[in-house]
This record gives sequence, structure tokens and C-alpha cells, in this order.
Amino acid sequence: MIPLSWYMALAAILFSIGVYGFLTRRNIIIMFLSAELMLNGVNLNLVAMSYYLESMRGQVFTFFIITVAAAEAAIGLGIAICLYRNRRTVYVDEVNQLKG
Amino acid sequence: MLMLLFFCYCAVVIIGTGLLAVTLRNPVHSVLMVLILFFHMAMLYLSLGAEFLAAVQVIVYAGAILVLYLFVLFLVSLKEELRMPRFVSSAWLGRLIAGGLAACLLYILPVFSTGARGNWPAERVREITPTRALATEMYSASVLPFEIAGLILLVAVIGGLLLARREKDSSNTNG
Repeated sequence: MIPLSWYMALAAILFSIGVYGFLTRRNIIIMFLSAELMLNGVNLNLVAMSYYLESMRGQVFTFFIITVAAAEAAIGLGIAICLYRNRRTVYVDEVNQLKG
Repeated sequence: MLMLLFFCYCAVVIIGTGLLAVTLRNPVHSVLMVLILFFHMAMLYLSLGAEFLAAVQVIVYAGAILVLYLFVLFLVSLKEELRMPRFVSSAWLGRLIAGGLAACLLYILPVFSTGARGNWPAERVREITPTRALATEMYSASVLPFEIAGLILLVAVIGGLLLARREKDSSNTNG
């Protein structure tokens, strides 16, 4: 039997990898992909706890998170396409129109 | 012992492909790395008795969301991506924050103590298959969130259509 804390450690590391990608990459699409990694880290946590605490609540939550992730991907990538169409760039540090 | 080996394999692959996904130069390679990661997540879900979520992980995440990412990647130009720098100029700050966050999370992990147990012991779940247990919980205790999730998907469909729509008058100027 694998202890619950191992799953939680893996989820924490996966979440941190997502944060790392989100904060360092320039490409907005890879930033969204990093956000998906973060969501997956949380999902792993919820499923593991659902198994170890003998409750279905965590799996229901994971189901909703996957739904919201799909919506987020659709909207976010729509915004990325808009950005590319209007500014011809997908690099977040080149989008500085609002900067004084 | 076998489960331990399985978990270690999955953990190593997940961490390795995750790190590769956020550092590789070619975005298409990043997406393919995330594909491998999602499949191993699905394997972990299977070992945790969440077979429905494992199927959803493969179908929705690996099948739908990643294909959407690939489509959008191919819509924007990939050629210049291979020559441009990958990281923002203040990437060291991001590395510091992410490393600090990982250290903090792993440091406070032993303090965590589990709460009260739920009402789905393993025997009961095994009696009426995990998928039916999940459905029973979802359609009884969380009906309202389920409806709201449907509403969110509707908003996403409308929003995606609205964002990706090309304006009539600017179509000839933007080519």
C-alpha cells in the first residue's frame, strides 16, 4: 500500500512544475498548457484523497475540474487566436500596449 | 511491491515529462510530452480505483483538449518560435518562486492529517462498480454543481465562437 503522502508529494511537484512553466515561458499557449499541468496536480490530489478517505466527493470534484479545464482551454485558445490575429504575436512580453 | 514499482514508474515519467514539457524549445514537442503525462495520470487514476475518471482523462484531456492545443499551435507560426528565446527575461524569478513553492509544499506535507472518512468504503464501491458509485454521488449530492458545469460548457461554446469569429469588414485587410 502506497502512503497517501506520496501521491500528495507527486501532486505538489506537478503543481510546482506548472507554476514554473506559467511564470517563465513566453509563449501564451505553453502558459495555458502549464495551467493544465497545475489542474492535473490538483486532480491527482483529489482522486488520491477520495480513494484513501473512502469518499466519492473527490472524484466528483475532479470531474467538475476537468469540465472547467475544457472550458478554460476553449476560451483561452480563442483569446490566443484573437491575440495572434490582431498583434501577430503569441509572446506575452511583446503584448505591452497597456504599459505606460 | 508491484504497486510500489508501478507508482514509482508513473511518478518518474510524470515529473520527467512535465519538466520537459515546460522547457522544450518546440511547442509541439511540449504538447506531445503532456500527452504522455496525461496517459500516465490516467494509469494512476486506474490504480486509485477511479476508472471512469481515467477514461475521461484519456478521452477529454488527451483526446480533445490536447488536439485543440495542437490545432492552435499550427495556426500560429512555429518557425520563429524555434529561433526566439523561450523564457521571459525575468525567468530566474519564476524559477525561484516555483522552487520555493515546491519546497514549502513538500515541507508542510507531513503536518497534513486526514479528516473524517466518507460513506463509500471499498467493499461497497466494489459491490456496485466504481462508475456507478461516482454517478450515485454526482446525481444525488452534487446535482446543482453538475447543472452549473453544463452552463459553464455552454458559455465556453458561445465564448469560443465569439472570440474565434472573424469580423466581416477586417477580413480582407488581415488576409
